[in-house]
Amino acid sequence: MRKTARFAAVAMAAALTLSACGSDDGADEGTDNGDAPAATSDVKVGMAYDVGGRGDQSFNDSAAAGLDQAVEEFGMEAQESEAEDGEAESAREERLRTFADAGYDPIIAVGFAYAASIAKVSEEYPDVNFAIIDDSSVEADNVASLVFAEEQGSFLVGAAAALKTETDQIGFVGGVETPLIQKFEAGYVAGAEAVNPDIEVDVTYLTQVPDFSGFADPAKGKTAAQGMFDNGADIVYHAAGGSGGGVFEAASESDNLAIGVDSDQYNTADPSVQDVILTSMLKNVNVAVYEYLSDVEAGDVPSGVTTYDLAVDGVGYSTSGGFVDDIVDQLDEFKQQIIDGEITVPTAP
Amino acid sequence: MKDPRLVKLGLGLAAPVLALLLAFLITSLVLVVAGDPVGEVWSTILGVPEERNIANILNNATVLYLSGLAVAVGFRMNLFNIGVDGQYRVAAFVAAVVAGEAWLPGAANTVLAILAAMLAGAAWAGIAGVLRARRGVSEVISTIMLNFIATGLVAYFLRRVAVREEGSNDIGTKEIPEGSRIPGFSIGDGPTEVYGFIFLAALAGFVYWFVLNRTRFGFDLRATGRSTTAAVASGISVTKMTVVAMLISGAVAGLVGLPLLFGDSYSYGSTFQSGLGFAGIAIALLGRNHPIGIAIGALLFAYLDEQSNPLQILVGVSPDIVAITQGVIVLTVVISYEVVRRYGVRLEQHAVARALEADRQEARA
Repeated sequence: MRKTARFAAVAMAAALTLSACGSDDGADEGTDNGDAPAATSDVKVGMAYDVGGRGDQSFNDSAAAGLDQAVEEFGMEAQESEAEDGEAESAREERLRTFADAGYDPIIAVGFAYAASIAKVSEEYPDVNFAIIDDSSVEADNVASLVFAEEQGSFLVGAAAALKTETDQIGFVGGVETPLIQKFEAGYVAGAEAVNPDIEVDVTYLTQVPDFSGFADPAKGKTAAQGMFDNGADIVYHAAGGSGGGVFEAASESDNLAIGVDSDQYNTADPSVQDVILTSMLKNVNVAVYEYLSDVEAGDVPSGVTTYDLAVDGVGYSTSGGFVDDIVDQLDEFKQQIIDGEITVPTAP
Repeated sequence: MKDPRLVKLGLGLAAPVLALLLAFLITSLVLVVAGDPVGEVWSTILGVPEERNIANILNNATVLYLSGLAVAVGFRMNLFNIGVDGQYRVAAFVAAVVAGEAWLPGAANTVLAILAAMLAGAAWAGIAGVLRARRGVSEVISTIMLNFIATGLVAYFLRRVAVREEGSNDIGTKEIPEGSRIPGFSIGDGPTEVYGFIFLAALAGFVYWFVLNRTRFGFDLRATGRSTTAAVASGISVTKMTVVAMLISGAVAGLVGLPLLFGDSYSYGSTFQSGLGFAGIAIALLGRNHPIGIAIGALLFAYLDEQSNPLQILVGVSPDIVAITQGVIVLTVVISYEVVRRYGVRLEQHAVARALEADRQEARA
């Protein structure tokens, strides 16, 4: 009988919590209203991140920076949601629908994984505007595709690596072997070979699809880069998101150099590895998101494909730290040749 | 209270009710500690789902159910098949290639692809089965390792056969022709259809129950799982049962990805759902290896998964709370069943002692 009493006690406790929850409700709604900023814009942005979400120090963060800038400047209201590793296709669709049903417009999907769900949901909600980053396969009046010429930016940092290397051997660490990351590789190799046709480029990928952990595993990045440095390379370029931290560490420990990706990592990486970051390939997702949102704010909602390439400074290279100051002229010459179409950078290795 | 059948029924109901209440309590505590709006979270989670959400839940549950069944087959034989994850990915890829190539027309193509998937899953699991039976390698270790090999192997072959749409960064196998897809059905007028594969999943559950409980083979399998020495004594070949159990577990695992393949994505690509094998372990535990229990577990998990987006977007709570709730439920179920079982044993002991005492007094009188 004592046991029965104990069960009853547990049940009672649960019931009490339940009623406590009920009374919580009203109070919380009150604070929610108090939190709302003084809005000057009636645009409600729904932001659907890829796996990792805000805080991944890479791709998603760059998109988040663009959103933050727009929110601050225009006083837009924004809500965010992130994908979970190994989620169903229906979960991505449902994320977009939940945003649409709750009145968010536009809805920005960060990452190519959303391509199929954007195609489906944009059809169900023809009056809502959507944008997708890194994909241009969806054609609809209410969908804007924001894509980047990653190979062009990678070409320039490849050229920088070839100009700076002392061993004529450089490396590339890709996060996950997808067509997207292969674009980085292709441009990098082409840029290096444009400077020195005999240069040796070591290439490795940390994981294979559907294992996307290669974008978030610094230990794997470190091991891969270490192997390249041991093998005679002296500069390694990473396109591996969060795993890049490991590449910087390996470069720092072995007194070699590394090249960052997406944002100017000289400014965002750990200060202890700052002095090994030769340059960074800039992929200005933040600019794309901000420009899209400012068009929306102006009432001129974009649709169709917008390519962010060297010509519009959608991609590029960073000069923070001053390591590439002496070769800026050569790099800018390559840049101009690409813009003028004299050099066509390959998009696949 | 005194009717033993009523007591048994009461105890049977007490365990899951206790588990859910405990899980509710613990999750609420986590929410309070995290400073999240507890009431809003529960009212969102317990709210009535829309038609399209019901379709999603049923679809997700179909997939999870098959995964749970695959793991449960192993559990019944005292084998811990952690490799369902690798097995279903190898199998889904094989099925996607076979169905995409469309060597046979229409439904015959579908049947061929399903058989190919079951064979591929069985073969992949069979490696671990043979290693266990012949060399005594723990299936826990070998299936984990085989998961990694499966990932690498499938990625390698996917790149070989992959087709890529213009402008897309996704790669995948050739799409399955329309005639070979498995049609779904709608609930109300929601945009999402329920997979037709749900009926095959239910059939798989029935076959599982029938084979295990109504055939000599099922008896042998359960006997070997309970006690190998007893099984050997009654003339069962443990080596054979180990391999066969792994083969069956793998064949069922081969079905896991197919509802997605034939009802939703129509190809295997870089965004194909991963991690389903691990969810299956939790669901088999939750369902206590019983086909109905696994179905309830799968529905519960699918239901919670479906709340992850509204929680984030409408309430502003991290979707991790869903994962925490799921984990807590598995733990509380395991614990509360044990607590209730012990309580039941205690009750029986008391009853027997009382009966004996009464007998003795009668004899004395």
